[in-house]
Amino acid sequence: MAAGVDVSLEFSGGAELLFDRVKKHDISLPSQDKSWTLQCLLAWIRDNMLKERPELFMQGQTVRPGILVLVNDADWELLGELDYVIQPNDTITFISTLHGG
Amino acid sequence: MNYEEEIRRLKEDLELKKSEIVHLKSLLTTNSSEVIPQIVNDVEKQWEDLSSHTKLSNNEIARYSRQLILPEIGVRGQLCLSQRSVLIVGAGGLGCPASIYLAAAGIGRLGVVDYDEVELSNLHRQILHTERRIGIPKSASVIGACQQLNSDVKFVPYHLQLNSENALNLIKHYDVVLDATDNVASRYLLNDACVLAGKPLVSGSALRFQGQLTVYNHKGGPCYRCLFPKPPPPETVTNCSDGGVLGVVPGIIGCLQALEAIKIAAGMDSSFSQRLLLFDGLDGTFRGVSIRKKSLGCLVCGDNPTITKLIDYEQFCGAGANDKDQALHILSENERIKPKEYKSMLDCGTPHVLVDVRLPVELEICHLPAPAINIPMDSLCKETSKEKLLNTAKVLESSGECVPIIVVCRQGNDSQVAVRKFKELMQDTDCHFVFKDLLGGLTSWAKQIDNTFPVY
Ligand SMILES: [Zn+2]
Repeated sequence: MAAGVDVSLEFSGGAELLFDRVKKHDISLPSQDKSWTLQCLLAWIRDNMLKERPELFMQGQTVRPGILVLVNDADWELLGELDYVIQPNDTITFISTLHGG
Repeated sequence: MNYEEEIRRLKEDLELKKSEIVHLKSLLTTNSSEVIPQIVNDVEKQWEDLSSHTKLSNNEIARYSRQLILPEIGVRGQLCLSQRSVLIVGAGGLGCPASIYLAAAGIGRLGVVDYDEVELSNLHRQILHTERRIGIPKSASVIGACQQLNSDVKFVPYHLQLNSENALNLIKHYDVVLDATDNVASRYLLNDACVLAGKPLVSGSALRFQGQLTVYNHKGGPCYRCLFPKPPPPETVTNCSDGGVLGVVPGIIGCLQALEAIKIAAGMDSSFSQRLLLFDGLDGTFRGVSIRKKSLGCLVCGDNPTITKLIDYEQFCGAGANDKDQALHILSENERIKPKEYKSMLDCGTPHVLVDVRLPVELEICHLPAPAINIPMDSLCKETSKEKLLNTAKVLESSGECVPIIVVCRQGNDSQVAVRKFKELMQDTDCHFVFKDLLGGLTSWAKQIDNTFPVY
């Protein structure tokens, strides 16, 4: 049994528009059987926070192409991406890339 | 007679005449005292060597004195600048501030590429264009403004669409490239071209109140594809005409692009290789985050690249290399209503319900001359939206007729998406709805029915 985890979620580059235009969310993930990986977090976000048009944020089990994910300001690629185990008080940032000019 | 040779020669003549026509047209539409530079269409044209400029004149020393006394620049840095060339792709909200600062700083040669002409809706952010220059090529307009600030710079305005055929030939003449474009396909094209040509790419973008800046393919850092191997699904991409943008936001990012280009050209380190700057004008924050290293498996800059020449980027991204909205065709003909038909419904007082799916802020700009329910696109699936529709249905059913629900938006794309969503949403209710979308939205209404109706 993994304990619940408190984390901060940040959304920018327009991703916040999918979350009631709020850029920072402090959330408490409930305790669950397995540990809280980023993959679990994404599923949790989809089921609990993302009511409108989830396809604008996710594709399959991961974020859609064009969204960068940072954990405590570091690219999630360096941390194992979906398999990273979330630590208490982590800040996880989702940045949608902009294309306009 | 060699026909191929003759065809080639005629094509060249044709191009030359075309640019003459554009030039003469631009003279017609502008103040006759204003000098509009002649555009260039030949990407292969050779330019004079900048490296022979090895000594600053007294005039240059006076002009650049305030930046010359910076130890990081100095005479060496200034000479470097004057020997380097920068290509700016996109003469819009990013390209305007970037080009004027590069010209002011004394870059040797400045090329500006844009396929488009100046429009009234550009002027709130594309600040080098003028009211008089509406209708003339953006590249010529920007260069005209830069020339007035610093005539020592060699300027090249290209009035063309950058594509897989011309990109490499164009880029090879320049030392640093700025991505000041406004669409995904052009961003991948520029990235691949810069990797193949070995040029640093200073990339900026902006939307609403936010901007982003990175330097790609510089001193072993990552390229755009290292970060984004797959393009975003087209329906997730928002352009400035749909999402809106406050003019000063691309202004700030464009200035930062000029700054990084100046640093690279003067031989200094760039601050944004393997780093991404996030600017949020609403919160007043600048934030730099580290991004991944160059990816060994990157298809274009990795160890075993499979992209060794430019590909079809519009196909790769599933979207055009511009920021114009393309008309979607989601609904069938009988699910749509033409503006003329809707006008006669209004004239005859035919009962119907009008649903406007734009944001409330857009309804304040203009709306059709009939009462409407507002269900914005970001609330289509909300319970309250369903209730609104159901309540309407109840009222309608009491009249015993199947009353159509007409869905309207700005350009007739969102309205089609909305009709599909509404149909899904109402499937499990026992109400019978007939949903139709107003073909071409308010833009078509303005064009076909009411030419006093505002277009935005
Ligand atoms: Zn790469």
